[in-house]
Amino acid sequence: MNILKDLGRYWLFIASIFRRPEKWTVYRSRIADEMVSIGITSLGIVSLISIFMGAVITIQTVYNLVNPLVPLYVVGLVVRDSMIIEFSPTIIMLVLAGKVGSSIASEIGTMRVTEQIDALEIMGINSTGYLVLPKMIAAIFITPFLVLISMFVGVFGGWVAGELSGVIPSAEYIRGIQYQFLPFNVTFAMIKTVVFAYLVTSISTFQGFYTEGGALEVGRASTRAVVHSSVLILIFDYILTQLILA
Amino acid sequence: MIEVKGIKKGFEGRTVLDDVSHRFEKGKVNLIIGGSGSGKTVLMKCLVGLFEVDKGSIEYDGRNFSELDFDGRKPIRREIGMLFQGGALFDSMTVLQNVMFPLTMLSDLTEEERIERANFCLQRVNLPSSNHLYPSEISGGMKKRVAIARAIAMNPKYLYCDEPNSGLDPKTSIVIDELIMELTEEYQTTTVINTHDMNSVMTMGENILFIHKGKKWWTGNSDQILQSENPELDSFIFAGKIMQKLRKN
Repeated sequence: MNILKDLGRYWLFIASIFRRPEKWTVYRSRIADEMVSIGITSLGIVSLISIFMGAVITIQTVYNLVNPLVPLYVVGLVVRDSMIIEFSPTIIMLVLAGKVGSSIASEIGTMRVTEQIDALEIMGINSTGYLVLPKMIAAIFITPFLVLISMFVGVFGGWVAGELSGVIPSAEYIRGIQYQFLPFNVTFAMIKTVVFAYLVTSISTFQGFYTEGGALEVGRASTRAVVHSSVLILIFDYILTQLILA
Repeated sequence: MIEVKGIKKGFEGRTVLDDVSHRFEKGKVNLIIGGSGSGKTVLMKCLVGLFEVDKGSIEYDGRNFSELDFDGRKPIRREIGMLFQGGALFDSMTVLQNVMFPLTMLSDLTEEERIERANFCLQRVNLPSSNHLYPSEISGGMKKRVAIARAIAMNPKYLYCDEPNSGLDPKTSIVIDELIMELTEEYQTTTVINTHDMNSVMTMGENILFIHKGKKWWTGNSDQILQSENPELDSFIFAGKIMQKLRKN
């Protein structure tokens, strides 16, 4: 019953976000701020994770290629497709669920317990629209760029690992990453990213918005935001793969 | 004037407000007093629309607030200013931005006009040189004054104050009380204060509503309150040593 109650409350929450905004100029500037907060500040962690993901995939693929009939350039192809189809959209969004999701839930949760949200409501401002919509729009716009960067950095990381360890010649790796490239895979990754960005922001803001109590509950809301977002990213990863690729 | 007619409010089967009717007068400081858990905070939250009443009505100068939806309430909400117990200032904004916020969101004033109005409000609450500071960098008393400046920025007709003296030293409390009284007289607002500070009750109590067990228990002013023969009100007022000494004298 609690799940049904929470689901009902979630949909009412989402519906309330899309009421007519008080002032678009304010919303535009908030969207820009949120893009910096969600996107630019995540560039470092996204790049770091991506470069090591690419490097590890390269070495593990070479290690598992025991059949001499399989050409070595396959390694580049595996790194490219793994990064594009799965690692960049899913792993990066899982990382962002932790970094951005917990930050959003604690920010809004703290605003709730310190009556800042009540202050907005008493002024006649649509608090969900003002607080949630800019974050959602910003995440939906900026995360595809982060994921694209992650794809490039991951493939580059694979090349660096191959060069440094000497497991694959540079020419073979580059041939592999160019071999039978399917642009639709990038489209598929972008669709997943947008869905995951929506999930992370809507779930985290929802958890923060309905926080009751004090600091302890803010921490719990933040944990719930990360756990629920992560689980739903994995479920929707499966659903979207089944729907689009199968 | 704000008129409450027979309001009831309960949570999970427990009645918190039971058939409360009262009139909060324009140009006066109206106090809601009562012990912890008496229902005074719930009453204030019902008045401003943070809680929906189960029964009864709340009227702002004849406009039935309780039967309006979110959009219908907007015009009335824009006539309301509220001072929260903890200030409820936005952490990410400076003092000036906090005071400018309602003007930015709800008015068509230019940037210069908004700054001018915000500076006027900050000067009115005797905070002329803290514009660039963040809420975390100012004292509790200053936070309350910034919150008052934000509450009066839109020239409200109705001013709510939830425990304006909580967490303040006695001297600062008097400054805040005097400020609220001055603003009420100056702008002729209908001011509603939720308090259990007896000094505030004695200083500002022009129209006092005593809530006990969710019911309207007593009404009067600060002169009448000392002569009251209501046992529940007496035990609330004379719980402190200072008030007991005052009674003996």
